[in-house]
Amino acid sequence: MTAIADPRAPRAAARRKGPNLEKWGWMYMRASGVLLIVLIFGHLFVNLMVGEGIHGIDFAFVVGKYASPFWQWWDVLMLWLALIHGANGMRTIVNDYVTHNGTRRVLVWALWLAAAFLIVLGTLVVFTFDPCLGFDAETASDLIIGICG
Amino acid sequence: MWSWVLHRITGVAIFFFLLVHILDTALIRVSPEAYDAVIGTYKNPVMALGEVVLVAAIAYHAYNGLRIILVDFWPWATRHQRQLWWGVIGLWAVTMLGFAPRHLMLAFAPGGGH
Repeated sequence: MTAIADPRAPRAAARRKGPNLEKWGWMYMRASGVLLIVLIFGHLFVNLMVGEGIHGIDFAFVVGKYASPFWQWWDVLMLWLALIHGANGMRTIVNDYVTHNGTRRVLVWALWLAAAFLIVLGTLVVFTFDPCLGFDAETASDLIIGICG
Repeated sequence: MWSWVLHRITGVAIFFFLLVHILDTALIRVSPEAYDAVIGTYKNPVMALGEVVLVAAIAYHAYNGLRIILVDFWPWATRHQRQLWWGVIGLWAVTMLGFAPRHLMLAFAPGGGH
């Protein structure tokens, strides 16, 4: 008479070999969480609370910020930590609510693919950004001439 | 239980905003006009309120996350996790009282736009 499995029965046999990835994931959420509080609160304060606030944010503002390796690294660190933290959190939620194993695996894969794509994209954008790349005073807009001319 | 439900809801909301925010910032690599056009949509009044909601979600997730860490590693905090949650709500309220008026005043400032 076992119509349903024991409540504590594992869905699949526990993985015995290799590092305990769930434990490292658990540690990562806490360590990255603390760092992200500093990085994101700083990000919000500098971008929204200082000067004109949100109206001060435009292309020229980003040019000014990314002229400094300090803000480049700030944003790239935030990008990596936040996407991995977010994707792992979403994975936990998917694991909790998606009961069909095939669907669950596809969703978890999609999460890591999206995170990897955005990490690569964001890192490339921050480190290859140069507003004066291929600058030509003949064809450039006034904004770019103001920055690079 | 509600602390946990809110942590999940705010986490999911922040995750989806993060996806969009990386893509909109990536437009700096496309053209100044493309970036300014898209970032301009963040400056309308409805979005200004949306940003208050976003920061409210971030602040709750941040403070409740700190509470989770304390509860995990510190036996005193484990015993007092319920009172600590009210501490989270208190800190959150103070943060929002600091953030929301300043942000809304800047966002709705006459002549503060383009």
